[in-house]
Amino acid sequence: MKLAVPKECRPGERRVAVTPENVSRLIKMGFAVAVEHDAGAAASFGDNDYVAAGAEIVADTRAIWQTGDILLKVQPPSVHPALNVHEADLIREGGTLISFLYPGKNKDIVDKLAARKATAIAVDQIPRITRAQKMDALSSMANIAGYRAVVEAASFYGRFFTGQMTAAGRVPPAKILVIGAGVAGLAAIGAARGMGAIVRAFDTRPTVKEQVKSMGAEFIELNVVEDGEGAGGYAKEMSPAFIKAEMAMFAAQAKDVDIIITTALIPNRPAPILITEEMVKSMKNGSVIVDLAAENGGNCALTEPGQVVERHGVHILGYTDLPSRLAPTASLLFGNNLTHLLADLGGASHFHLDLADEVVRGALVVRNGEVIWPPPARPPIALPPKPLVSAPKAVPAAPVATAKPFSGVGGWIFSMVAAAALIGLGLVAPPAFLSHLTVFALACIVGWQVVWNVTPALHTPLMSVTNAISGIIVIGGMLQVSGPPTSTIVILGAAAILLATINIAGGFLVTQRMLKMFRR
Amino acid sequence: MPETLVTIAYLAAGLLFIFSLGGLSAQESAPRGNVFGMLGMATAVLVTAFGPRVESYTVLTGALVIGGAIGALLASRVGMTSMPQLVAALHSFVGLAAVLVGIATAMDHSKALYGVEARIHETEIFIGVFVGAVTFTGSVIAFGKLQGLIGSKPLLMPGRHLMNLIAVLGCVYLGYLFVFHGEYFAPVWPLYVVTAVAFLLGIHLVMAIGGADMPVVVSMLNSYSGWAAAAAGFMLENDLLIITGALVGSSGAILSYIMCHAMNRSFLSVILGGFGADEGAAPGGASAQPAGEVKAVTAEETADLLRDAKSVVIVPGYGMAVAQAQYPLYEVTKLLRDKGANVRFAIHPVAGRLPGHMNVLLAEAKVPYDIVLEMEEINNDFKETDVVIVIGANDIVNPGALDDPSSPIYGMPILEVWKAKTCVVMKRGMASGYAGVDNPLFYKENTRMLFGDAKKMIDAVLTALKN
Repeated sequence: MKLAVPKECRPGERRVAVTPENVSRLIKMGFAVAVEHDAGAAASFGDNDYVAAGAEIVADTRAIWQTGDILLKVQPPSVHPALNVHEADLIREGGTLISFLYPGKNKDIVDKLAARKATAIAVDQIPRITRAQKMDALSSMANIAGYRAVVEAASFYGRFFTGQMTAAGRVPPAKILVIGAGVAGLAAIGAARGMGAIVRAFDTRPTVKEQVKSMGAEFIELNVVEDGEGAGGYAKEMSPAFIKAEMAMFAAQAKDVDIIITTALIPNRPAPILITEEMVKSMKNGSVIVDLAAENGGNCALTEPGQVVERHGVHILGYTDLPSRLAPTASLLFGNNLTHLLADLGGASHFHLDLADEVVRGALVVRNGEVIWPPPARPPIALPPKPLVSAPKAVPAAPVATAKPFSGVGGWIFSMVAAAALIGLGLVAPPAFLSHLTVFALACIVGWQVVWNVTPALHTPLMSVTNAISGIIVIGGMLQVSGPPTSTIVILGAAAILLATINIAGGFLVTQRMLKMFRR
Repeated sequence: MPETLVTIAYLAAGLLFIFSLGGLSAQESAPRGNVFGMLGMATAVLVTAFGPRVESYTVLTGALVIGGAIGALLASRVGMTSMPQLVAALHSFVGLAAVLVGIATAMDHSKALYGVEARIHETEIFIGVFVGAVTFTGSVIAFGKLQGLIGSKPLLMPGRHLMNLIAVLGCVYLGYLFVFHGEYFAPVWPLYVVTAVAFLLGIHLVMAIGGADMPVVVSMLNSYSGWAAAAAGFMLENDLLIITGALVGSSGAILSYIMCHAMNRSFLSVILGGFGADEGAAPGGASAQPAGEVKAVTAEETADLLRDAKSVVIVPGYGMAVAQAQYPLYEVTKLLRDKGANVRFAIHPVAGRLPGHMNVLLAEAKVPYDIVLEMEEINNDFKETDVVIVIGANDIVNPGALDDPSSPIYGMPILEVWKAKTCVVMKRGMASGYAGVDNPLFYKENTRMLFGDAKKMIDAVLTALKN
């Protein structure tokens, strides 16, 4: 079975679907590999490297498309500028194509492939399940895009990322806001932290808070409770109230931070506009915005996809080819993803497209000329959150769990009954009782405050010392033992004294014994 | 001594008690706190004794001396493992004393009150006696269960909630008879009856609570004993008793709250009882048997693991207390620390049978308290830990609490020990914990089981380590 790797023809695309390293592994799996002349040149892989790895070099573009049983590409087929023919028309009848395809927006390409009786697997459609993680090219590319976004931002930002105290004076660290903590966002956080910047991140899915923190960034929370986790670990669209709170937060952050990296995407929707022109205006001169959602319209109102523009003193980077800018690594990871996919499909000897396989069912767009995408909806499966990008969302800003005793309807009823009871008591009770009640209420509050400060390690001594001081009831007994020694009252009082004293002595002494043992 | 001076002295005693509890916020200041408590108590007792309302000293002195001697003897003899029993016993004394003081006050007709004042006074007596009586028998039963005199399984009588309700309603009616009696002095008989009913209620309440909930029960009784003292303060119009009672009551309430929170249970569900029986009956059916196999290791293999470990966390449970394994455990700890390993202890809030019980046992074995950490402090560190040793703990390390909604302990915060590279669980056998739930931890890839008596096993590990 022969794999064919044509040279990417889209202008500016530097990646190649398979690197020489992948070639050797594919050959071990039993495939023969043909690579178009200069296919890897832009990613620093020469023809001789491919030959050394065991591949055959084919000079002619049409020949390479015709020769392979399975064509491996990065970009969806497009019109070939040199031949002026659509690549989809070059594929041989009954051939198989594996590449990014985005069938949702590339209906025409899918139809062309179907017309050629071809089979097409869209790697962007591989479902996000644990087993398929090794084939998840979107995540691989997002990771690279996140890293590269920081590198690009650094080159446009005229200051250090890390704060420095030099002999010449102090340089403050850069402050970076990352919106959307999916794979790209987390990669950006990691890269920016590595360069020494102060990084804040925001995401609508509370589950990612821990991941953000583990990367060393501060997680911004909103005081609106809503979970932005949609199906498959991706973000979903949020409510208007949420979005309002979120926009207010962005506006405030825009004034403070130096660099904003946005990665907010919602599946099958235009990217949400999160950074308005007003916010851009409010940013400091020399600030940078990197919009990773540029391809889907952008998260910033002023983004121009594919372009770098300067607006109101802020550089807005709308690159749509960030992974391609790191071509050798991007090619290697993409090639690895394809290798894993091919291995999963049975390798060369048992190559088989099994529709019962969840991965195949998700990614198979055209089968022998029949368009079978989209696959029937499956119930959403909860996944480890690992979205490419995510729309911002708020995390329930758990207001410190201070007890809110009077919340809810029940609480109000309780408060009112309590108030009524107090008023009633105030009308009839004698002053002496009320003064005792005052002391009681205040002591409860003092006790509450004091005891919360007790370290949990000392809870046992706390119990024994409260045992001891609750022996204060001895006073009750003492006030009753002054009558004739044989009266019932005196006997009861004496018994009470006896019991309470056991408590006092026992409690204090055992506490002392325990506390002596605690040592550093 | 004039009455005003007595009042001021009581104020001083009240403040000293507050400082005493405040001192417990840190280990360093705790001994001083205890001294404050003693000073406060001494002040209160001496001032009362020489105050205007005490005239005869023979009975007083006798009772003080005998009680003090018994208390001192108890305090010096009790083993740290038995602290829960001692605490429960001391609660029962306060409860009984509150009952006695209440009844004696009701009999004391030297001070006549009228109208609303009398009604309030009698209500106070009644509440004090009721709470005191429940505290007394409840604590006695708790003592029995902790001491092993009574089986720790919850006793669930049919219609027990109805019985409790009838008992409480009956007490309310008795209270009505006692307070609105229409005579010059209140009749004492309703007090006797309510004492009896409350005794039964206390027994029944605590009998229905399982062994694992004992930390909550003991904290709750701690709280009750405080409220009983406060009620006594109201009936005797004594602010010091009120203050102290309120302090103790709040303290117990907070401890109960912390314990319930640590088990993800509502307070009501604990005191109504039946945990480990109601839900515990289900584990065979509802929660599936965890898949995987149990990998047993020997003490020598455990020693090998420890020898190579840079970071070790030890998670003790009640099983360690039972086996008295804390002493050899500290020997192991010392040995590993001398070799440069970072050895720490992780304490779950409900480990043991009393809040903070494990801390006391480790302190007794001379483990420095700065390597004994709370759950929140250490839970994030398991990822970077080479070896975790779980000794005689089960439910507090059950991953089912996090990921199995059908588990009776689902939602309870736990120590996430399986995140460490290796996790050695010391147990006598494969029995489930108090909650009666099977533990998927035992079947995890990186879990090793070391079966046997905790103390013997630790001794064996120690010997192997020394060689």
